[in-house]
Amino acid sequence: MVVVSASAEAPGARRAPVTAAQLHLTRRRFWNRAVWAGCVLALALVVTPVVWIVAGILAKALPHWHWGTLTTTSTANGGGLLNAVVGTFVIVGGVAVIGGAIGICGGIHLAEYTAEGKGGILRGASEVLSGVPSIVMGYVGYLALVVGLFKWGFSLAAALVVLSILVIPYITKSTEVAIRNVPTAYREGAEALGMRSGYALRKVVLRPALPGIATGVIVAMAIALGETAPLLYTAEWSNTLPKAQLTHSPVGYLTYPVYQVVNTTQPSVVQWAYSAALLLIVLVILLIVVARVIVSRTQRHAPERQHAAR
Amino acid sequence: MTRTIVGTGGRGDSPLPPVLDADETDEPESAPAFIESDRFGALAPEAPRPEELPPGSAASSAVFGPGGPRGPGGPEGPGGEGGPAVPAGEGARRGAWWRAERLMPRVMHGVAFIPLVALAFIVVALLIKALPAIRVNGFKFFTTSVWNQGNFYAPLTSTHGVPHPPGADYGALDLIVGTVESSFIALALAIPIGVGTALIVVEKLPQRLSNGVGFFLEVLAGIPSVIFGLWGYLTFGPWLSHHLAPIANRIPDVPVLRFFRGPTGGGQGLLTTSLILTLMILPILAATTRDLLRQVPRPTVEGAVALGMTDSESMRTVTLRWIRSGVIGASVLGLGRALGETMAVAMVSGVILGRTAPTIWSSMNTIAAAIVTQLDAAFTDASGFAVRTLAELAIVLFAITLVANIGARMLVRKVSGTALPVGRGV
Repeated sequence: MVVVSASAEAPGARRAPVTAAQLHLTRRRFWNRAVWAGCVLALALVVTPVVWIVAGILAKALPHWHWGTLTTTSTANGGGLLNAVVGTFVIVGGVAVIGGAIGICGGIHLAEYTAEGKGGILRGASEVLSGVPSIVMGYVGYLALVVGLFKWGFSLAAALVVLSILVIPYITKSTEVAIRNVPTAYREGAEALGMRSGYALRKVVLRPALPGIATGVIVAMAIALGETAPLLYTAEWSNTLPKAQLTHSPVGYLTYPVYQVVNTTQPSVVQWAYSAALLLIVLVILLIVVARVIVSRTQRHAPERQHAAR
Repeated sequence: MTRTIVGTGGRGDSPLPPVLDADETDEPESAPAFIESDRFGALAPEAPRPEELPPGSAASSAVFGPGGPRGPGGPEGPGGEGGPAVPAGEGARRGAWWRAERLMPRVMHGVAFIPLVALAFIVVALLIKALPAIRVNGFKFFTTSVWNQGNFYAPLTSTHGVPHPPGADYGALDLIVGTVESSFIALALAIPIGVGTALIVVEKLPQRLSNGVGFFLEVLAGIPSVIFGLWGYLTFGPWLSHHLAPIANRIPDVPVLRFFRGPTGGGQGLLTTSLILTLMILPILAATTRDLLRQVPRPTVEGAVALGMTDSESMRTVTLRWIRSGVIGASVLGLGRALGETMAVAMVSGVILGRTAPTIWSSMNTIAAAIVTQLDAAFTDASGFAVRTLAELAIVLFAITLVANIGARMLVRKVSGTALPVGRGV
């Protein structure tokens, strides 16, 4: 743009007949502006729905919000959300522990013990698994864990297994990327000091990779928090607090009430759904903020990465 | 958040140095033991002492050689694993399988296979469940649009030895068409919006603002799909149908435009579904494109500008061409997510069975939404045939998303080595 505007005609030349070259320039200037206007429009089309959704949920939920929602359990047509909040925390925490442990181990294996070109089948399986629709996993979980092979019934265990497998590819991928981004010089230094490889991995390699791994686990928690389809037929739903047993005991979770608006028009149920939606949005934004804080804190300590940001 | 997931490219990507091979884990620990017992052992801790080697063996010449610990008499050499040269206690300590040094790599190796096992399990479980239904439903499952569970109160009949209620008739053409149709409309809308957003974020906005936009993208990616459904069902759909009804009624009744004409109804249908799906896959596209744009080497773009190109021209001819394969890959990943999206579609599509959508306003259904909404009804089929048919549907959906995902990766590998993101967009 700089180049084009520099070649604009001088004031004295206004009256001169419009040449083909000038026309060409005008056209290019027009298209340049049009393209950027289109980009601004695109930006608006991204930002507006976010504001609309979040503000819309807040506007519907806040006027009727009462804190009793957090201390009472659900009833047949609405009520509180204590059981759903506790259930969601149990499920998300369980997925972070189970999926996190398995995913991080898998990621370390792929990054440390598998050369970049090898392990193709493991990486491929992980990638394909991340593309499997969650409803398919939930359905298989129902067939295999709830009724078929294991006969666990609607249960926390079935939900945890299905959701963990759902999030493992994400944790594996982010762990692998984070470890591979640790400079080779770190490992060479550790080796030069005579560290055992396991010790070097723990103390030297994993430490700078930790923020990336943590972000992966947080992404997994956000996914587990927002999933509904695989939970409907594994955890089902319960109006009471989760019992301290892994199998044969349905669990409540926050996304279920939101889905119930399609089955009823009762104002109490709709209100219940909006309260759950409000809690979900708050939790999601909380997770995002935590992840951003982690990332920004580490970027401050890693000056060599800042050249990438512009 | 996306930045950490996207792209394995970068400095740290070089192959790992061989010093970290799993085989050599116990070297340094065993060294002090040899220093106490044998001066030469300290030089070659993994090798046996010379007097205990068979005369003339290959190892005896290598023990004191410059090859050091990694000579032929290394860990795999004679006596390397707790051989007679090592004091008994030390050997047990070094060689015990349960030591973290030796155990963890194996555990990790085993754990790394879990995705593979899970994937195989999913495929096998679905196939076993669905095979009878595949045999009975036959090829017309893909050419007809009908969903009839049959008469549950009549005695079961049997086709090809598979019991099912009489009159059971299933055809998923409408579901397959609905899935593909809504996803492609969503993709067609999301690509320009996502790429445009990424361009302005990287090229024009100051750092602080682009961070803000990144936050919006993350929120958009993080919002659970049921909340999209709730918003689409109670707010956006009705708004859309109310405000677009006058336009929809004025569209002429000619072959192509007829698709956009008609009563807008209550706001549940193909258009609402596609728009909601657009929003759901936007973060993947925008965030990936943004991260790819940041990797475009600055001198390349500067060269284009130096040639006298306008911003948009250099963008079209240089920047976008540079990242093309990555954008294609991200698009197909977005498509994969749209194809498999369940809850939002189940809430805003108006889940109708047995016909494809005649206009963009009419109710429709997708495979994923049909599975989640039909499972309760399928349980009432005592013969279990409806559940088997849903398993067949799940296989069809799995196959479609598999083709999309593998296609994306092959496409990208062919064009260039750009790393693809994994992610439901967060």
